[in-house]
Amino acid sequence: MISLSLNGKTVQLSATPDTPLLWALRDELGYTGTKFGCGIAACGACTVHVDGKPTRACVTTLESVAGKQVTTIEAMDSNRIGQALQAAWIRNDVPQCGYCQSGQIMSAAALLARNPKPNDADIDAAMRRNLCRCGTYNRIRAAIKDAAATLAA
Amino acid sequence: MSTNSFTTRRDFLKGSAVTTGALVIGFTLPVSSRFAQAAAAATPGPAAGFAPNAFLRIAPDGQVTVICGLSEMGQGVHMGIASLVAEELDADWKSVKLEQAPVDKAYNNPLFGMQATGGSTAIRGHYEPMRKAGAAAREMLVAAAAGRWGVDAAACRTRDGRVLGPDGKSAGYGELVAAASKLPVPQNPSLKDPKDFRILGKGLTRIDTPAKVDGSAGFGIDVKVPGLLTAVMVHAPVPGATIVSVDDVAAKAIPGVRQIVRIPQGVAVLADGYWTALKGRDALVVKWDDGALGSLSSDGISKLLADATTKPGAVARNEGDVSVAVAKTIEAVYEAPYLAHACMEPMNCTAWVRAGEAEVWAPTQGPGPHQGIVAQLTGLAPEKVQVHTTYLGGGFGRRFAPDFIIAATLLAKAAGVPVKLVYTREDDMRAWFYRPASVTRFTAGLDAAGNPVSLTARVASPALSIAAGFATELPKGIDEAAVEGIADMLYAFPNLRVEYARAEPGIPPWFWRSVGHSQNVYFIEAFIDEIAAAAGKDPVEFRRSLLSKQPRLRGVLDLAAQKAGWGSPLPQGVHRGVAITTCFGSFVAQVAEVSMDANGKPRVQRIVAAVDCGRTVNPDVIHRQVEGAIVYGLSAALHEKITFRNGRVEQSNFDDYPMLRMDEMPKVEVHIVPSTEAPGGIGEPGLPPATPAVINAIFAATGKRVRTLPI
Repeated sequence: MISLSLNGKTVQLSATPDTPLLWALRDELGYTGTKFGCGIAACGACTVHVDGKPTRACVTTLESVAGKQVTTIEAMDSNRIGQALQAAWIRNDVPQCGYCQSGQIMSAAALLARNPKPNDADIDAAMRRNLCRCGTYNRIRAAIKDAAATLAA
Repeated sequence: MSTNSFTTRRDFLKGSAVTTGALVIGFTLPVSSRFAQAAAAATPGPAAGFAPNAFLRIAPDGQVTVICGLSEMGQGVHMGIASLVAEELDADWKSVKLEQAPVDKAYNNPLFGMQATGGSTAIRGHYEPMRKAGAAAREMLVAAAAGRWGVDAAACRTRDGRVLGPDGKSAGYGELVAAASKLPVPQNPSLKDPKDFRILGKGLTRIDTPAKVDGSAGFGIDVKVPGLLTAVMVHAPVPGATIVSVDDVAAKAIPGVRQIVRIPQGVAVLADGYWTALKGRDALVVKWDDGALGSLSSDGISKLLADATTKPGAVARNEGDVSVAVAKTIEAVYEAPYLAHACMEPMNCTAWVRAGEAEVWAPTQGPGPHQGIVAQLTGLAPEKVQVHTTYLGGGFGRRFAPDFIIAATLLAKAAGVPVKLVYTREDDMRAWFYRPASVTRFTAGLDAAGNPVSLTARVASPALSIAAGFATELPKGIDEAAVEGIADMLYAFPNLRVEYARAEPGIPPWFWRSVGHSQNVYFIEAFIDEIAAAAGKDPVEFRRSLLSKQPRLRGVLDLAAQKAGWGSPLPQGVHRGVAITTCFGSFVAQVAEVSMDANGKPRVQRIVAAVDCGRTVNPDVIHRQVEGAIVYGLSAALHEKITFRNGRVEQSNFDDYPMLRMDEMPKVEVHIVPSTEAPGGIGEPGLPPATPAVINAIFAATGKRVRTLPI
């Protein structure tokens, strides 16, 4: 059994140690907000936070996160940055199909945690590894700035 | 062709008002021929307390539920359908909920005659039927209130989910459902004057957004069914390949691998969860006989298509005589590659085949036809197959294909348990559903004054209508998708000939966002620019001169040019290009501003789009659809290409099939032309002009014509 902290609660997982965190979350724990897109850390749909850092859960083994703090989209409504981002995402009507948006919000949350007032280049650098096939990039950019503004207010 | 459900409905509420006693009254409009099935599927259980119905129901507490048979794949159709019903119902928008419909004839797309979503048809096909559904309900609620108060219905009005009568009388819709349920359905309810709209044309927030920011939105891949196994497959490496041998010893030895199932499409490992299934799949050793397409290559396909354009084809359009003498001839050959849809959610389907019935959960654009396919595969009557349409993590035409439904159904049938088939990204990329490659050969003639006299286009491409099973032979030799965008162009050439030279490399073509327009508008709009340059004319002025009888298309051209400041100075190194299209009932023009970097790669700085899609249902959705379509088009133009070698797809994942990312995004502006015309489609028309606008800007920057993609 591997133990870790998921969204502030300790969980025990029986999946094999080589199982990617993504599939442990989705298949064993039923946390399906984290999405499978590519399996090779090329799209960002599976982004979660491990000890606060944005991490691609599809290539992160369960054993490598034993004892660590894992945060998923399901917990984003319980912290200030997550709330600001979700509200900004709704105000700016960002999602289309919505499939990539959990990962987008997780990457954006990590960005705002270390850089409360990102400029366009900061946003490009932090978000360029999150693909969106519906083309919501400009809305994402606007929503990140919007959330940053509300957090600064 | 399906009919408006109003023509097939039964009398109101035959036995549907009361289900299990008190407070379980709702009302229903209009009902379908397969009413009982819809009832069973749409009603979660007696506790929900509602009678089923086709498009809306109202609970005694006033809750309005709109039931939508179209698939939400990001285009905002849930919002669109709900707002059409709610507007005419005069519902309190905050109380409106949306429910995904089961499969039922009542939900057939009027423009398709089957329950399917695509072709930018949602608003075009449902603008009036959905409004009538809401309006009929409103009239019945008003009649119920008038009856209760003993006043004339004409003395009552409605607002935000209430009927308001004389002397301050007021009743919520919920209070009136019992009485309204007993009234006949108005045959021809009157619709609002659009100037009185309170929901349509306003920029309301989409109703599916909250679930898409907290991880709770349910996509196909998220489906949970007790006892299900996850399947990952070895798929055929080449279309038509057949299995020679399977060695599954190593796969079977992996703990958690439960079954190995062979179906015509390949071999699947069924396991407890995706990761175990994937490990099992990767441990399979499958030998294939490649079959006839084992030597297929992209070079060979290009040659096949190019050769086809050197011989006469079937005549798709012929006006005047293109052999007329001209002073100057312009010729060019354009080619577009195969493209993948690359939906962010990989193809998947959960199926459960039980004795006498089957259930399928799928992110599908075609629940209607897919129900029929599952019925065929299981030997069940269609009404014994329930299809649950989930949210779709992207569609773009890909999810109208049934491959993932077929495979999941066959696996579930063989396994005897619920099976969720998940394609890996590589499986998804290599599943043989692509926008077809196409080559078009153009010849244009100018007179001595530089006026366009003639245009000939010969298009070589596979026939989509045959591949999709819509036709077994081509009417007059023409495949509409292969030539659309060119054969139906609105430019007035005195002599014009468009031919279709069918060429079948063996890879079945499929629908890709904007279908034939995606490549043909690139071809024609880039070539029109070539003609304009040869004539020494400004690209906008040249187009205007050929569109004197096309006010709507010229209108968007003028608006885009004006908003982009066409002709005004640009920063050093930035150049403009323009392109236009009319498709799916809408008109779009785009101006691209492009600079070239030190490596000669284009950097798209800004796209200014003007759109005339008739009357707008939701301007925000229109903005987003056009923005998204531009990104989809630019991504293809700048990066995307599926190629083949030894019959195999060379690309596999997002590392070797790159797509547009945040740091490449141009500024995008969308300007909507105010219009009282009937609504046009909006999911696709924004795509086709993006590529040629950029190509034409690159010509302005470099003097070079880009005649193959990606750039």
